[in-house]
Formats: sequence, structure tokens, C-alpha cells
Amino acid sequence: MPYRLIKFAFSKQHPEAAFFRQPAQIRDSYDAVIIGGGGHGLAAAYYLARDHGITNVAVLERGYLGGGNTGRNTTIIRSNYLTPEGVAFYDASVKIWENLSQELDLNLFYSNRGHFTLAHTESAMRTMRWRAEVNKQMGVKSEVLGPDDIQQACPQIDLSCAGHAPILGALYHAPGSVARHDGVAWGYGRAASQMGVEIFQNTEVTGLDIRGGRIHGVQTNRGNIKTGKVLSAVAGFTPRITQMAGIRTPIVIHPLQACVTEPMKPWLNTILVSGSLHVYVSQSSRGELVMGAALDPYELHSTRSTLDFVEGLSSHILDMFPFLSGIKVVRQWAGMADMTPDFAPIMGRTPVAGFYLDAGWGTWGFKATPISGKTMAETMARDQEPELIDAFRLSRFREFELTGEKGAAAVGH
Amino acid sequence: MKLLKCPVNGLRPIDEFAYGGELREMPDPQSCSDGEWADYVFNRTGAPGVKPEWWYHIPSGTWFVAERNTVTDMVERTYFRGEA
Repeated sequence: MPYRLIKFAFSKQHPEAAFFRQPAQIRDSYDAVIIGGGGHGLAAAYYLARDHGITNVAVLERGYLGGGNTGRNTTIIRSNYLTPEGVAFYDASVKIWENLSQELDLNLFYSNRGHFTLAHTESAMRTMRWRAEVNKQMGVKSEVLGPDDIQQACPQIDLSCAGHAPILGALYHAPGSVARHDGVAWGYGRAASQMGVEIFQNTEVTGLDIRGGRIHGVQTNRGNIKTGKVLSAVAGFTPRITQMAGIRTPIVIHPLQACVTEPMKPWLNTILVSGSLHVYVSQSSRGELVMGAALDPYELHSTRSTLDFVEGLSSHILDMFPFLSGIKVVRQWAGMADMTPDFAPIMGRTPVAGFYLDAGWGTWGFKATPISGKTMAETMARDQEPELIDAFRLSRFREFELTGEKGAAAVGH
Repeated sequence: MKLLKCPVNGLRPIDEFAYGGELREMPDPQSCSDGEWADYVFNRTGAPGVKPEWWYHIPSGTWFVAERNTVTDMVERTYFRGEA
């Protein structure tokens, strides 16, 4: 193995093909331009090519592929949401996830773990029962379990949480899974590229060409592109793009931080989430504990990390697992979460014809990668949203018809 | 610990403060259209830059305005509403 690796490193003729083509020049015009080379943008490119035969597409990424929130989340996949619209949407996503490794011919380390949302108060138990009933009605496997079941699934947990936040029960969601997040961007990117989509990294959009209420092209740091269809799938950069388009939205950016510990032998089989303690934790296939917490408390366009975050998170993790006191945190980072007031995304057409938004993914976007790509591709191809994403339209705010998902999408409420 | 300057109490640790969101002017609810009202209730200036924001010093119950750069997190100045 080391010999092969050294040989590979010094080889001029790399035996492994590049994941995607990197054309030297951006052409003057494309049928569609996708801003944002993360999971969502690349998935939209893939389904545009696969389902709608639109392959003359450019994906523009200001940094590198999957380097934004696609590579910064805690990789949890689930569909135990609160509203029927949310449950149907995320369940459609889980169904694609289950066979995605085969479809993209890339091992995404999709690992079905089961997902526990712990309840420490009576009001949290009420929300869990509500979610379980909505889920069951929609055919999604969720049920409320008691403390004994939790202890059985995770013998290491201190059910009293150091005495000050005893666990009363949990919402158990059997389909809950984790996957390797950067692999998802690479898999979709490769598959889209093979069908003719062109991917450009280090390419930043600097302006939009909008005339007569319609999009005519985009300006980038590498020249102008003519196109009649533009998708913005840029997560934390959404307000900068909508400002270029002259569209007002409710989106504000808050940092969301996460961290991992040093690797350990596998001991945590499930995914655990606690709303009251503001933490979620799972163990990666490499043995690290992947942990996240609530949003930073105020608006900030930055991916800086803070000591406050690891201190607060660690104290809550130790409430649940006192034996982790000697384990080191080895890495922490942040992503820019594009938050909406109702904790549901903003998807579909905008007041500018030909300009589509896939945004407002806040802290809940990774799990939706396949289905958002699929539905946004359909929206772009037909200039009409499928019914599945109607509840997520931008105009819902003007119509006072919000899709309240806070009870299922947030920790810390 | 990050510090923020309360107009009454001076520099205090940031965890003594609560964030109140962007400073917005309320349209007259009697005369504005539904669209203007929805814009006021939901829409925000999300783009990065220096913005006036509401901040609240919790121990003393003081609401004030801070002009803060939302990219660098540097506070340019703090003052009471109307004293700008």
C-alpha cells in the first residue's frame, strides 16, 4: 500500500481519472447557469441533464466544489418534520438517498443509524407526540419512546443529564442516517459533468444582467455569460445574490458552528439530538464524534469559530456522557446559515423571470440535497414549481402563509 | 470575551446582551398596503455591511442601537434611538 501510494504521488500519468472536466474557457452563453457548486447546485445540474435533457449548463463556484455548507454540516439525514408539506418533501429526499451511492457510482458512506430527538420537558414531549402522529399519518416511521428504550439503544447515556435535565422520552425515527457530505457534491458533480455540464471553480458572480423584469445573463470575474435561466443555490451568500437581483427576502445569515473529537472505537450507534441541551451528536465511520449546537445568537457573515461555542457544547455533551471528559476536540468550524423566519426553505420562481432561488436552507439543507436538486431542475425546465415545493415559495411571506417548521428544524427553541 | 459598549453601563461582556435584529421603520398600519406590511414584518436587509441594529443590555434593561459591520463583527458606535 505505501509503495503504491508513493508511486501514485510521483506518477506523471495519474491512473485515476479526474472527477470532472475543467474547461479552460467559459463560453459566452449557456442554456442555464447555476450559481453555487455545492450539493444543491450540482444536484440541480445533474437532474437538469438526466431528467430534462438540458446539458448546456454552467455551474459557477466562487471557491471549490462542496467547500461551503455542503462540507460544513453534521451530515444528518432524516424526514421526521412537523408540517405535512415538510414531511412529504424530506421523505422524498430520504427515498433518493437510500440508493444514491449506486446511482452516482460512488460510496457515500450512507449509514442508517436511527435518530433520537430527546425530550427533557413536558412541552418537548408534546412536540414529539405531534411530530410522531404527523409522520405516521404520512407513512414515515417515527414513534415516541420512553427512557428505558433510549437507555437500551445507548447504554452510555446518563438519563438524568447530571440531574438538571432528566430525559423524559424521545422521538425515534428509524430512517435517520448519516452520509459523507463532500462525497455527495463530488458524486453529483462527476455525474453531471459526464452528461456535459461544465463546472467552473474560483469563479465568482459579480452581477446579474436583468432587463425588463427578466434575466439575460450573469457577470463573473472571468467574463460575462448570456443565459435565460439562472439558479441561485448559494446558501449563506444568498443575500448578496438577491441584492444583485433587487429582490427582498426574509433571509438573514447566522453562523452555525460544529466540531469533531479525536477518533474513538465505535460506541455510539445512533444519532442523538437534544433540543433542550442544544446539541446533536453522531459518530462518524472514522470514529470521531461529530457535534453541533444552536445558531450563533446574532447575524454575521463569517465562518469564524469561537471558544464560547466549544465550551457550551462540551458542557452539554458531558451532561449526557460524563465519560467523555478526557476526550479532545480536534477541529471546529462554522458555516453561514441562511435563516428564514419559519425554518422552511425558499424555493422556486422569483419576481425576476428566469431567475430561480434555492435558498433559506439555514441549518436543515444537507438532507434535502437530492430532492431540492430534482425539484429545482423541474422548476427551471418547466418554469413552474412541482406541487411538492409549493409550500416553500417566496411569495408565502407576502401571502402570510408560512410553513412553520421550527419545532422540527431547530435546536434551542 | 467580546465586549459591547452599552450607552449607560459602558463596555460589558457580550453575553450580557441580547440581539434585537435590524432597526426598521414601521409603516403606518392604518394606511399602508398589505404588501408594505408583509415587507415590514418579514423582509430584512440580509446583505453584508454596516447596519443599525437593536441591542438589549439584559441586567439593566437598556435597549439601544449599535451600528455594526456584519462581516467583520466590529461595532462602529452605539447610541440611544433618536440620538444619532
